[in-house]
Amino acid sequence: MAQRPDNRGAEHSAPIVDTFIQQLVNGITLGSVYAIVALGYTMVYGIIQLINFAHGEVVMIGAMVAYTVIAALVGAHLPLPPLAILVIATLCAIPACMAVGFTLERVAYRPLRNAPRLAPLITAIGLSIILQNLALIIWSRSPLPYPQIIDTVSYHLTPHANGATITNVQVGIIGLSIVMMGGLLLLVYRTKLGIAMRAVAQNSQVAGLMGIDINRVISLTFVIGSGLAAVAGVMDGTYYGVAHYQMGFILGLKAFSAAVLGGIGNLGGAMLGGLLLGVIEALGAGYVGDLTNLCHLSGWSSSLAQRCADDPHLAVFGSNYQDVFAFIVLILVLVFRPSGLLGERVADRA
Amino acid sequence: MIDAKSPLLALDRLAVAYGGIQAVKGIDLAVGVGELVCLIGANGAGKTTTLKGICGLLPVKSGGIRYGGDDITGRRSFELVRRGLVMVPEGRGVFGALTIEENLAMGAYIRDDRAAIREDVERVFALFPRLKERRRQTAGTLSGGEQQMLAIGRALMSRPKLLLLDEPSMGLAPLMVQKVFETIIAVSREGVTILLIEQNAKLALEVSDRGYVMESGEITLEGEAATLLHDPKVRAAYLGENP
Repeated sequence: MAQRPDNRGAEHSAPIVDTFIQQLVNGITLGSVYAIVALGYTMVYGIIQLINFAHGEVVMIGAMVAYTVIAALVGAHLPLPPLAILVIATLCAIPACMAVGFTLERVAYRPLRNAPRLAPLITAIGLSIILQNLALIIWSRSPLPYPQIIDTVSYHLTPHANGATITNVQVGIIGLSIVMMGGLLLLVYRTKLGIAMRAVAQNSQVAGLMGIDINRVISLTFVIGSGLAAVAGVMDGTYYGVAHYQMGFILGLKAFSAAVLGGIGNLGGAMLGGLLLGVIEALGAGYVGDLTNLCHLSGWSSSLAQRCADDPHLAVFGSNYQDVFAFIVLILVLVFRPSGLLGERVADRA
Repeated sequence: MIDAKSPLLALDRLAVAYGGIQAVKGIDLAVGVGELVCLIGANGAGKTTTLKGICGLLPVKSGGIRYGGDDITGRRSFELVRRGLVMVPEGRGVFGALTIEENLAMGAYIRDDRAAIREDVERVFALFPRLKERRRQTAGTLSGGEQQMLAIGRALMSRPKLLLLDEPSMGLAPLMVQKVFETIIAVSREGVTILLIEQNAKLALEVSDRGYVMESGEITLEGEAATLLHDPKVRAAYLGENP
């Protein structure tokens, strides 16, 4: 984890299929993080029809708290294995984020439960700004480098020497995401609390008539979503090796796009949307340079051919356009299928 | 008559507003332990508003509600369920996206005795075999009558002391109405106290012990159900007969 994972993936000399597999691996890793964050958006939307725009900041706080704990533990030179440090940091980030999520709902959203829908939406944006500035005060405005405690090990996925690889960190992120998604589905579909969450999502008044404390269920929904966000924050920080007070903003917007892509309010949709968005983004960033390379047109213009003789990469758009793809997807979904891929089937709301 | 034998529920000059209109204008009403009492009246008389006021779904403007000797005015609905006061809402209000089993599980939300809950599920299924056949289907796939049965069965899952039924016959085919009322009688015989709200005055009075007639937010008549059934005013106004 010495540097930012390369979104362009394998070297140019690698076989074409390897490049593709590499982008796919990177995309699934990224998508797992998006999916976990998107679940937080979709759960809250499902139960109170609110887009909690401060959710991305909860992810950021998770990354920040974990950073502080990791830095402290590394600085203390305790004889702890790196994985234990990471686990301790995550276990500190989870309750911290849960407390933030609980407070947001209790202090800001609950008093607006019956207000016009614009009021809680603007409140959410305001909370996002407040949390960013609080983080700026606490953790400074500069990017905080995550101490490199985990030694990255790459595993080859193909027989080619410089072909596609997957790292232990990527395996960890994907594996942990699958476990968390499975756990959430079990909670929502197999436990009494989960059934109550779906009941409140469907008809909160009737849920109250069953003896369900609606406020408690809504609080727990925020707390669970924030716990997931904490883990996503640690994964993001570990993957990119950096935490920043504004990191939650773009990440949150992308996860929101993922939730909309899958069908907001739908748990399976958030998971699917997150994964798809990650893959689209990785493939887009990986290939946009080649696809927009003007040198493909060398045969049409002699001056272009001359320039391409010096530098064969004359791309109009580079991989720094990565962030664009999520929002292109969001716009396309909103135009052509506003209910998302899995629709807004009330059955899957939670 | 108001002094029913040891009233379980007693409304004391209860006034409830609904959307700025005072729909219930200070009514007295009592339901004794084990009684089946009906509140009848035309559409818009304030019957449902009365129930919503009792359950804490609408704010009480003035007056009081006593239940089992305690003042429960202004309590929230989920707290009342724990005391055994359960309402079956109008329009049934089943959770359409949840399975029948999940709906019943929500009815038993306040309970933790798993074995007894399973027994009660079987009792509800014995009462409504239709529901058992379709236990894993979502409630939204049920017919209106089956949804009403599920709503009643779900309410029974909490082992209520007092059941408030809001228009259980509304929108149902005659055969279903009969089935639903048979169920209401059966539940009443098991010792559950019932306050029944109905537009179908004849049917309601036939199964009830006592009745109240509501008009424009006020109680205009009350008495033994059999007496009301033969009252010329009731017959003219609610049973569609010309005196």
